[in-house]
Amino acid sequence: MIADAVTNQAAWSDAAPNAAAIAPCSHCGQPVPPGLAREDQANQFCCHGCETAFGIITSCGLDRYYALRDAAQEPAATTGRTYADFDDPVFRGLYVRPMPGGLWMCDLFLRGVHCSACVWLVERLPTLMPGVVEARLDLRRAIVRVVWKEPDAVLSRIARLLDSIGYPPHPARDAKARTLRREEDRKMLMRLAVAGACAGNAMLFAFALYAGAFSVMEPQYRTFFRWGSMAVTLVCLLWPGSVFFRSAIGALRARAVHLDVPIALALLAGLVWSVLSTIRGAGEIYFDSLSVLVFALLVGRFIQHRQQRWAGDAVELLFSITPTVARVVSEKGVRECPSEALRDGDLVEVRAGDSFPADGQIAWGDSYADESVLTGESRPVAIAVGSQVHAGTVNTGSLVQARVTAAGEHTRIAKLMRMVEQGAAGRARIVRLADRASGWFVIGMLVLSAGTLAAWLYLDPNEAVNHAVALLIVTCPCALGLATPLALTVALGRAAREGLLIKSSDAVQRLSKPGVILLDKTGTLTVGKMHVAAWAGDESAKPLVAALEQQSTHPIAVAIARDLKGIFENSVREVEQTTGGGIRGIVDGQQIIAGSPAFVESRVPASEHLAQSANEFARQGLTPIMIAVDGVCSAVAGLGDVLRPDAGEMVARLRAKGWTPRILSGDHPDVVSAIARQLGIADAKGGQRPEDKLEAVRQLAAAGTGVVMVGDGVNDAAALAAADVGIAVHGGAEASLAAADVHIAKPGLSRVVDLIIGCERSMGIVKRNLVASLFYNVSAAVMAATGYINPIAAAVIMPVSSLTVLALSFKSRSFGGRP
Amino acid sequence: MTVLYIVVPLAVLLAGCAVGAFIWAVKGGQFDDVDTPAHRAIQDD
Repeated sequence: MIADAVTNQAAWSDAAPNAAAIAPCSHCGQPVPPGLAREDQANQFCCHGCETAFGIITSCGLDRYYALRDAAQEPAATTGRTYADFDDPVFRGLYVRPMPGGLWMCDLFLRGVHCSACVWLVERLPTLMPGVVEARLDLRRAIVRVVWKEPDAVLSRIARLLDSIGYPPHPARDAKARTLRREEDRKMLMRLAVAGACAGNAMLFAFALYAGAFSVMEPQYRTFFRWGSMAVTLVCLLWPGSVFFRSAIGALRARAVHLDVPIALALLAGLVWSVLSTIRGAGEIYFDSLSVLVFALLVGRFIQHRQQRWAGDAVELLFSITPTVARVVSEKGVRECPSEALRDGDLVEVRAGDSFPADGQIAWGDSYADESVLTGESRPVAIAVGSQVHAGTVNTGSLVQARVTAAGEHTRIAKLMRMVEQGAAGRARIVRLADRASGWFVIGMLVLSAGTLAAWLYLDPNEAVNHAVALLIVTCPCALGLATPLALTVALGRAAREGLLIKSSDAVQRLSKPGVILLDKTGTLTVGKMHVAAWAGDESAKPLVAALEQQSTHPIAVAIARDLKGIFENSVREVEQTTGGGIRGIVDGQQIIAGSPAFVESRVPASEHLAQSANEFARQGLTPIMIAVDGVCSAVAGLGDVLRPDAGEMVARLRAKGWTPRILSGDHPDVVSAIARQLGIADAKGGQRPEDKLEAVRQLAAAGTGVVMVGDGVNDAAALAAADVGIAVHGGAEASLAAADVHIAKPGLSRVVDLIIGCERSMGIVKRNLVASLFYNVSAAVMAATGYINPIAAAVIMPVSSLTVLALSFKSRSFGGRP
Repeated sequence: MTVLYIVVPLAVLLAGCAVGAFIWAVKGGQFDDVDTPAHRAIQDD
């Protein structure tokens, strides 16, 4: 804990040189900013959220939380919302369910839970608030199930409490789908248990029979054991094993062949032959092989299913984060209501940092809107009374009120979502490697068996059917069935631990072959935030400007104040802002003006030299900010989105792997071409609307090149869905998450490169597995055709081949680690 | 060795009971969340 605090401080010391003397925040352990340190207090806090959370936790006697939790923490993400919408009838109808005894239950998705201490704290809800009966947290899904009694507790108060201890709650959507999936999980587990028990017992019977075959066994016991093993195997094949038969019948009905067809064929042949042998009292039986086969295949399927389910769940839950609440203004004041309940003409209030709940027109206030979610343009747009705003875009400036013009289905974002569905529908399905092989496999199996039958009918008619059946069983593609899913499951699991959530294993196969990779600018190549990227002129003006710009909430001002590290003690007076122009004020007795060149030059005499620098910055796609000190132009700053430090290297690595990187962005063409020049990417398009992006992807796909699209906004969503693989990067919007095959939890292109390398390695493992299992199948087929196989050999070969595949899958490195 | 006729079915029956118990546990939701209980165990109150 202490060691961690020290390293945290070391990391912080770049930003605040004297931070080493300051104690870490009592709640989260992060260093406390100099301005907030209180020398006379035992507890220090880095932010208001942490202070609230600490106060509640300690006042309820839950200090043990601080002993239990991991040292590294994020500051408490307290939002301070009222959560009044959680008591709205519309909300209750959607997410709250009644329980017997006047109790109510709701599943809430919590942001910020990650360790044992979180489990401990969240499950102390009944102690923290009377009326809460139970709180159970599912750590992996980050869903807490709260049960409470009304009117002792109401959901909005519970939500406020969760929020104040640092876990902002969101209603967990799709409760019905989750219940269905849980039922399916349980059925799979039950099938697995039955198959396992049957396989074990069938093996015990088989051991007795093999032992009896080598020594002497009285015929009545032999018959008894054969009937016994038949009984357990019948249970195994008719209950858990029925999934293979059902799936094979389904495939044949659809006139398709997948791996379940040869499996079902082998199971059926083995079963019929063994049952006949048992009834006749003569001939070989394969009951142990059959039940072990069913068990092994079910195990493979179970782990694959779990892994994919997990990745899907994780992505789906991110959807819950998007705000569902609107603040409606009426004569009675402001109330929160679900955005689904908004109507045209409603007046909504949108606070700074919140997103607009519907399309509308600004009725009061002026501010800036971050529309990157729709347009990809990272520069905030100024909005004033009368401006159009769109649902999903973020109000980055100050409080505004908007009159709703389109809500729900009719918003621009909803229309984009419909485009996403169309994009996904138009995509060709990939034929899985193993499924493609299985068609040939069935034919091969049948031809070989027929050949064996014919040959042995000629050589030794009594043994003919026996050998043919043995061949069918030993060539059952058990290892082949495990080969792909196991390798991919292990890969998906490792990828998830690296923060790469892969929703479908098809994506791994597609990503392993190079093609065209379309990059979105914001978030992938650049940091996605305004920064002071260039500076010309007098260095000494920096702290003065930073101190002045601290007085403004304009995104450019925020960037300057952050990057230039102002001296906070400076006295700032007579601040005056002009929207769309700049800011002026007196800092330390000096008159400072900062703003657009036109704004500054209209107030002080222009400087030829600095005006040139400003033009140069503008050409580079930066926004120039002119700075004048005491009536003289002294410096010019260029603000813009800056490249990620590793972007150049990563683009080079992509090229080395055979990929063709291109840029497809909604940003201003000048900005995009400046970025493309720096990276040496020839094909870069800016100013792309969502429709243009979709068209570009479709054209490439039609030309037959593999298209991978990387993006984060709703404006990318349709293109993400239409691309062969859509990769949504960190912080992406709901629509892009829904449309993408892969979600990368950390920003930056380096993760995309990791993903591609991992996928290449994973496909290597899949191919190795396929070769290994085919090798077993071929050698077993040869043995069976020549009559050298018996039930013991079959019982040995099958598990050995599956184990080989298992070992290969787990030992090989796919994601993570260095090559 | 005629005892086998009693012992073997008995053994199968026992295995059946074990499977039954497992299925009961699955239906009761004991395997729905296999991660959180591990964290709960270290809290001693």
